[in-house]
Amino acid sequence: MTQQLSRRFFLSASAAIGGGLSLGWSLPSAQAAETAAELGIWATIAPDDTVTIRIARSEMGQGTLTGLAQLVADELDADWRFVKAEYVSPEANLANKRAWGDMSTGGSRGIRASVEYVRKGGAVGRAMLIQAAAAKWGVPATECTTGLSVVAHTPTGRRLRYGEIAADAAKLPPPADVKVKTPAEWKLIGRGVKRLDTAEKLSGKLVYAIDVQLPDMLNAAITACPVFGGKLKSFDAAKIQSMPGVRHVVAVDDNAVAVVADKWYQAKMALAALPIVWDEGPNASIDSKQIAAHVATGLDAKDAGIGQQHGDFDAAFASAAKKIEAVYSSPFQHHATLEPMNCTAKFADGKVEVWVSSQNGDASLAAAAEAGGVKLADVKVHKHHLGGGFGRRGQQDPVKQAVQIAKQIPGKPIKLIWSREEDMAHGFYRPIAQAKMRAGLDAAGNVVALHGRLAAQSIAAYLAPARMVNGVDMIAFQGWTEEEFGYMAIPNLRLDDAIRNTHVPVGFWRGVNTNQNAVFMECFIDEVALAAGKDPVEFRRTLMAKNPRHLAVLNAVVERAGWGTPLPKGVFRGVAQNAGFGSYVAAVAEVSVTAKGEVTIHRIVAGTDCGYAVNPDQIAAQVEGSFVYGLSAMFSSEITIDKGRVVETNFDTYPVMKLAQMPKVETVLVPSGGFWGGVGEPTIAVAPPAVLNAIFAATGKRVRSLPLTHHDLSHA
Amino acid sequence: MAKLALTINGKSHAIEVDPETPLLWVLREWIGLTGTKYGCGVAQCGACTVHMDGVATRSCQIPAGSVGTAKIVTIEGLSPDGMSHPIQVAWLQHEVPQCGYCQSGQIMASAALLATKPQPTDADIADMVTNICRCGTYQRIKAAIHTAADLSVNANGKA
Ligand code: FES
Ligand code: FES
Repeated sequence: MTQQLSRRFFLSASAAIGGGLSLGWSLPSAQAAETAAELGIWATIAPDDTVTIRIARSEMGQGTLTGLAQLVADELDADWRFVKAEYVSPEANLANKRAWGDMSTGGSRGIRASVEYVRKGGAVGRAMLIQAAAAKWGVPATECTTGLSVVAHTPTGRRLRYGEIAADAAKLPPPADVKVKTPAEWKLIGRGVKRLDTAEKLSGKLVYAIDVQLPDMLNAAITACPVFGGKLKSFDAAKIQSMPGVRHVVAVDDNAVAVVADKWYQAKMALAALPIVWDEGPNASIDSKQIAAHVATGLDAKDAGIGQQHGDFDAAFASAAKKIEAVYSSPFQHHATLEPMNCTAKFADGKVEVWVSSQNGDASLAAAAEAGGVKLADVKVHKHHLGGGFGRRGQQDPVKQAVQIAKQIPGKPIKLIWSREEDMAHGFYRPIAQAKMRAGLDAAGNVVALHGRLAAQSIAAYLAPARMVNGVDMIAFQGWTEEEFGYMAIPNLRLDDAIRNTHVPVGFWRGVNTNQNAVFMECFIDEVALAAGKDPVEFRRTLMAKNPRHLAVLNAVVERAGWGTPLPKGVFRGVAQNAGFGSYVAAVAEVSVTAKGEVTIHRIVAGTDCGYAVNPDQIAAQVEGSFVYGLSAMFSSEITIDKGRVVETNFDTYPVMKLAQMPKVETVLVPSGGFWGGVGEPTIAVAPPAVLNAIFAATGKRVRSLPLTHHDLSHA
Repeated sequence: MAKLALTINGKSHAIEVDPETPLLWVLREWIGLTGTKYGCGVAQCGACTVHMDGVATRSCQIPAGSVGTAKIVTIEGLSPDGMSHPIQVAWLQHEVPQCGYCQSGQIMASAALLATKPQPTDADIADMVTNICRCGTYQRIKAAIHTAADLSVNANGKA
């Protein structure tokens, strides 16, 4: 039943998107799918030996497509040269009772949360191939081995290519119980095989959702009330009806209006000319100053949720020989995926079809059904690779809008694209946060007490109330408690959080709360080390006595970086460590600051222990990339609020890092085995604090609020 | 509305369009070449970079009516098979793309740089390749441009 259904869904999905591509990422032609044999639900093998592996998660650049394919192909003992990948369609997943598991792609879970079942899926296929070959030869299956897409009968030296035996194998019942390989048996896991999706990203042929072109398609530009929580009051469509290409002007939900035209550029121009009256609502006078003051009330509030504590902080701090205190702050940040939000939708005969780049295919399907007022079974979702996700594309607001527009213009596909300005104005921003850090030292300079108090907006409260535990947002403590806190040897410890929500929507941003939490903690630990008169690395080593994994990564990084060895004149080092998303990370940055205050990051050595490293080269790519994202937020970008709305409008007012600022990043892998940690997000947290600590070493100036552009770093 | 004849990737295209329409949107919506991307519309990101008479140009800033007889090359026309320009070869070798959305622009900017400076320094690269990549592929872009420069030299040496 499963196989029948899935076959049908895959055929329709491939026919709709079309376009066979080279080298590994392809939607198979209907013909190839017809002749390919299904081995369980995760892989098909064609007579020409092509292995097509199904991927339920979304590829947004992080390489999960390739990593997941590696896991399946390894268990399948497939020859990597023959491997391709295709998306499982959300409707197939729905119809097959979520046979392919969770489609949500975030939290660096792509591999770590699906590793067991996708590897089993590959092992099932291998068992079926062996069974079929053994039956054909009339030998016991135990005498057969596999390798490089071939089944071999060892005693007689007979061999069958997978493509030759796959059709027979597919007729066998998939075994219920299979054993996966031990790490010693892995052939593809741990190898830096090439990504499956590179070629069509070089030729301009990859069709992102924003590139979809369909017969009769119209294009929509949209604007929602710039003040969060505001509503649409009225608009004067007559004023723009005669502009070139304009077909429709429609209200969307209760807070937005869209112009639908032949071309998107026409829609955008007409929208700019459309007279609109907003009901801006109660938030229209709020600005960043008020928000900061509101958040700051949490710093000393009595009422705070506990993330973690042991010992007695208050008593130990009160009797400490030396006390250190500092307040840190971090602004809202936007995702600014380079592909702006968009979705194409068609509503016809009570059915909805959407073309979308989504971090969660299941959620896109549900959102389309809800917005269209149709049953889940009447929705079809075409998943496209994402032009960046970083957490933003887990939210389905553009899908809902596109369907709401399409429903008003039935029968025509409508491509909704947000302008960059709309994208900046309506994000789910990285939460604003402040922290009051306090530490007590004894006379010998040992840390006897540490208190980290967060005052921050809560993502869980805004997006996932079900994840609140007794009023406490545990996500807020990421990097402090999510994995074991790195400084458990501190005898009296308290980490708590006073939630201070605002009217600004917040959401998951690459690395989420580890970003600001690592800055707060790691810069403060440097301050405490200085107060104790100790070397920042030695100081951390002592505090990490109870955290061997944290310590091992730190040691690997400081050794590679040559901590303590001489540097060129004017270059200074800074260090930071963190744990998050299942992995342990550390970094040493080498930085110089001119007398005028211009910062150059020369080199960052970055270490990560993600347990098992599936694809070392792709892990390095994630480390390099995450640093650019994290350092953009440190250097220059921030979202501010005035009159209830976002001030920044585009990359000119939300500047991000460019190639000229790129340091040399050296990735050190310290995979200790025994667990599967994330790789897309964990490392992002350590780049900013390592750099800020190096800036302090260079200038004597301690930066406690971001971004850096607010600070004068000139020094004598 | 104006009738324009644009030369794109060696082919002439006759279109009727408001001459103020940026070349970016003419390419994407009137010609159907979607390899050139929209990222900002205000000359900041470079995702829309094409070659105009060989010069890397942010097409969101070029009114279609001003193109005249200039020869436009987009990512689709950079090499006959979409993978054999030295930049594309080097990009594959270094696995530069992550999400890939910025890469058309990065490749076009880098190819134009190589055409004027066959052996660019790091400083040349930083000056000339100012496109935004949110995935952060800059380190590999830099390395791949150097590789492409070597590939070009070797290829020319053999020829
Ligand atoms: S779209 Fe032209 S520079 Fe960004
Ligand atoms: S590869 Fe994603 S924006 Fe550059």
